[in-house]
Amino acid sequence: MAQHRTRRDSSLVSHVFRFRRDFCAGGLMILFGLVAAVNGPHYRVGTLNHMGPGFMPTALGILLILLGMAIAGTASVGTTQGEADDNGNLLPDHPQWFAWLCILAGPFCFVIFGSIGGMAPATFACVFVSALGDREATWKSSLILAAGITIFGVLLFHYLLQIPMPVLEWKSPIQAWGL
Amino acid sequence: METALQDLYYGFTVAIEPHNLMYCFLGVLIGNMVGVLPGMGPLATISILLPLTFGIKPVGAILMLSGIFYGSQYGGAICSILLNLPCHPPHAVTCLDGFPMTKKGKGGVALGITVIGSFIGASWGITEMMFLAPILVTIALKFGPAEVCSLMLLGLLAGSTLARGSPIKGVAMTVLGLIFGLVGSDLETGAERLTFGFPELDDGIELVALALGLFGIGEFMNSVNQSAPINTKYSHVKLKDMRPSWAEFKWAFPAMIRGTIVGSLCSLIPGTGPTIASFVAYATEKKVAKNPQDFGFGEIRGVAAPEAATHSSVQGDFIPTMSLGIPGDAVMALLLGALMIQGIVPGPQLIKEHPDIFWGLIASFWIGNILLVVLNVPLIGIWVKMLMIPYRYLYPSALFFVCIGVYAANNDMFQVGEVIVIGILGYVLLRLGFQPAPILLGFVLGPRFEENFRRALLISRGDMLTFVEKPISAFFLALCVILIGAQVYFRLRGAKKDKAAAVIDQSLSSHHLQQAE
Repeated sequence: MAQHRTRRDSSLVSHVFRFRRDFCAGGLMILFGLVAAVNGPHYRVGTLNHMGPGFMPTALGILLILLGMAIAGTASVGTTQGEADDNGNLLPDHPQWFAWLCILAGPFCFVIFGSIGGMAPATFACVFVSALGDREATWKSSLILAAGITIFGVLLFHYLLQIPMPVLEWKSPIQAWGL
Repeated sequence: METALQDLYYGFTVAIEPHNLMYCFLGVLIGNMVGVLPGMGPLATISILLPLTFGIKPVGAILMLSGIFYGSQYGGAICSILLNLPCHPPHAVTCLDGFPMTKKGKGGVALGITVIGSFIGASWGITEMMFLAPILVTIALKFGPAEVCSLMLLGLLAGSTLARGSPIKGVAMTVLGLIFGLVGSDLETGAERLTFGFPELDDGIELVALALGLFGIGEFMNSVNQSAPINTKYSHVKLKDMRPSWAEFKWAFPAMIRGTIVGSLCSLIPGTGPTIASFVAYATEKKVAKNPQDFGFGEIRGVAAPEAATHSSVQGDFIPTMSLGIPGDAVMALLLGALMIQGIVPGPQLIKEHPDIFWGLIASFWIGNILLVVLNVPLIGIWVKMLMIPYRYLYPSALFFVCIGVYAANNDMFQVGEVIVIGILGYVLLRLGFQPAPILLGFVLGPRFEENFRRALLISRGDMLTFVEKPISAFFLALCVILIGAQVYFRLRGAKKDKAAAVIDQSLSSHHLQQAE
């Protein structure tokens, strides 16, 4: 009996593991739904006749939790929901950790250098850092690309389109973020 | 009929004004360019340029942004036909017969037929909009809050379940978008909702940041270092090769007409955009053909039909967006968002209150499409050269455009931070098998949905039955039920793969096969 039980458990575990993409997808939706549904009642739900600001967040949050459960629950019905090219794997075949980091670091550098140094350093840093993520990129090619885009970007956005962002300035971080 | 022509004349007087003409030209040119570039879509481009249109008048802004959308459709086919890269979803199916034609040295003819078919499809789509939209508006003006609510529900459901991927995940994305739309101050009471203590979020999540996070950064993360080496062996096309012979044109013409009809039918169903239209058109064409065995080996009808369908559906997509204020897909949602930022309330009253926008837009469609036909022929050499820009130069430059675009929306660095967070979320959602497009639908419609929902229940004194008791509203709700019922029915029957899906599978597998060669 006990043996039978464990076998069924392990099959359930392996089932969850096999369809972990859909379980994670459902779980993420439940998480988002919980955030909305838990915060909603703080804003006064009101009645149907006279709804408060909290009605919609609560209702949509509960709906999203139900949908999340449905996604996780029906994981077994169709083997692949959505565009599963690599059955249920969460990571792609060749994870590009370094490239992803570079892509996210690019805009981050834009924020940092844009706040303390203006448009030119921000553009240069953003393009340079993100360009390093490609597997064929070299220091030199990234530098050239970054320099070219910086000149082009400053001409286009500062002089032609007049975006109110100084080209070059120096604000100490204390000034920029009030640290 | 006559009033429509008079209004169209008025539209032309608006669209022909020099600055409007310039914005229209800029829009289709930029659209055509990004349509050619692999890895850049109209969604990302419109979002980047959206903040730059805040300074110009609403008419010019909307002409330019729509120009990007339909202009990009002209460029997308080039990539499919010459390089066999299905990088723009509506044109993926064109690879099937377009690339074999290129291999046979008939790539120029395929491009020429594409341009003609596109123009025929687009012309029909625009004509349809001219006559159908005013009729829809006269009906829609009678709608009260309850009817608007049910109609929006139908639009959201159709947009999320009929698009690619699993229907239930699509609905979840729409609800997530609706929740994102709630962030910020409540319209009626001003209470801050879901801001988590960030005063920068009081005005809500920025539309541009959301769109660029999901379709910019999320997409870059998905496609970095994934691109196969581009095969440019066949992509030398000369101008004189582009003119199809009379016999070829006569052979392809019926397919263009059939494609146009399929496209316009698809555009009338909310949620079925150009991608579905082109796949259905290809499947139909193969079905009615006397020579189905030739399809996939360079049959010219297999290029003409899906391209005509794409364009007639692209233009038709504007009908519900402009007449009812209900966008059918993410691009339309973005355009509606652009209108709302300009202070224009989308909905049935738009044609009456802003005839310059509506009729100017239609007139600019005519001008823009003719411009595109004229542009595409001499510029084909330049577009082919642009195809060879490697992705490693493209995405860092695009990232900079994303940053500066988001910054320019409000001159606020906080929103560049927002875009990073949303980008991570977008990539995670993609990996989990979600299609992020419905998020934008929910986000744009969310505030109006809530407003009408509250108002409808205020009028009915809290009686939920009001949605069923009013006949028009009940009709829309019945359609919603039928839509869900059909989805459940097909799922339970195990008929997961309909005809369009089968063609998609086939196209992708044949694409991989040819790359392996």
